[in-house]
Amino acid sequence: MADVNRGERPLSPHLQVYRPQMTSISSILTRITGNALIVGVLLIVWWLLAAATGPDYFAIANAFVTSWFGDLVLTLSLWGIWYHYLAGLRHLYYDAGKGLEIDTSEKLGWACIGGSLALTVITLLII
Amino acid sequence: MRYLTARKRAEGLGAAHTGTEHHWYMTVSAVGLALIVPLFLFFFGRALGGTHDEVTATFSHPAMAILTLLVIFVGLQHFRRGAQTMIEDYARGMTRKVLIISVTVLSYGLIATGIFAVLKIAL
Repeated sequence: MADVNRGERPLSPHLQVYRPQMTSISSILTRITGNALIVGVLLIVWWLLAAATGPDYFAIANAFVTSWFGDLVLTLSLWGIWYHYLAGLRHLYYDAGKGLEIDTSEKLGWACIGGSLALTVITLLII
Repeated sequence: MRYLTARKRAEGLGAAHTGTEHHWYMTVSAVGLALIVPLFLFFFGRALGGTHDEVTATFSHPAMAILTLLVIFVGLQHFRRGAQTMIEDYARGMTRKVLIISVTVLSYGLIATGIFAVLKIAL
């Protein structure tokens, strides 16, 4: 039948269909970190707007951004951006047709996780 | 019922007609962001926690203002397209349209707000 299923095209396979593997987990983490970074961006843009507005409003925004909650969000964002950064570089490497062997790609996944944690700690130490 | 095979109907449609341009934009912006984001993290991290005078002094520096404008603009354009791809993967119909419009509005809103804030501090 040629005319069935118009407009009801299949979406991406659901995550729960597959057994979790390093390649799939490190891939979905790229998407999660990339999109979740909008929370940190919202905070930072608000903070900048407050700084542009004046000392009084800045005091309010700065108190929130440097509170334990702000610290938590920004620290998670820092890890998120480093993870997304390394995973993005890996994506460029994959795009060049390299690193696609199962063994190599699994190692690259661990490198993204380990590397992002290390870079987060280093960044926190030097800033 | 039209006598068309499924293949004939699908031929030439591709995914969304704009995949190549999208992919190339993400590649170019990823490389650009890879160059400027570490610098921004460092200088922003240094500025965070300072007084109002210290913070405005940091972002008044021409290099810091330009760096911040670039990170805000390129970063949020990269986000807008990445988020759109996620929505297109997981949602369809009216939900998809509403979410894509929302993400677009949010991205441009943050770009405009961020640019305004940095320029007001720097100029």
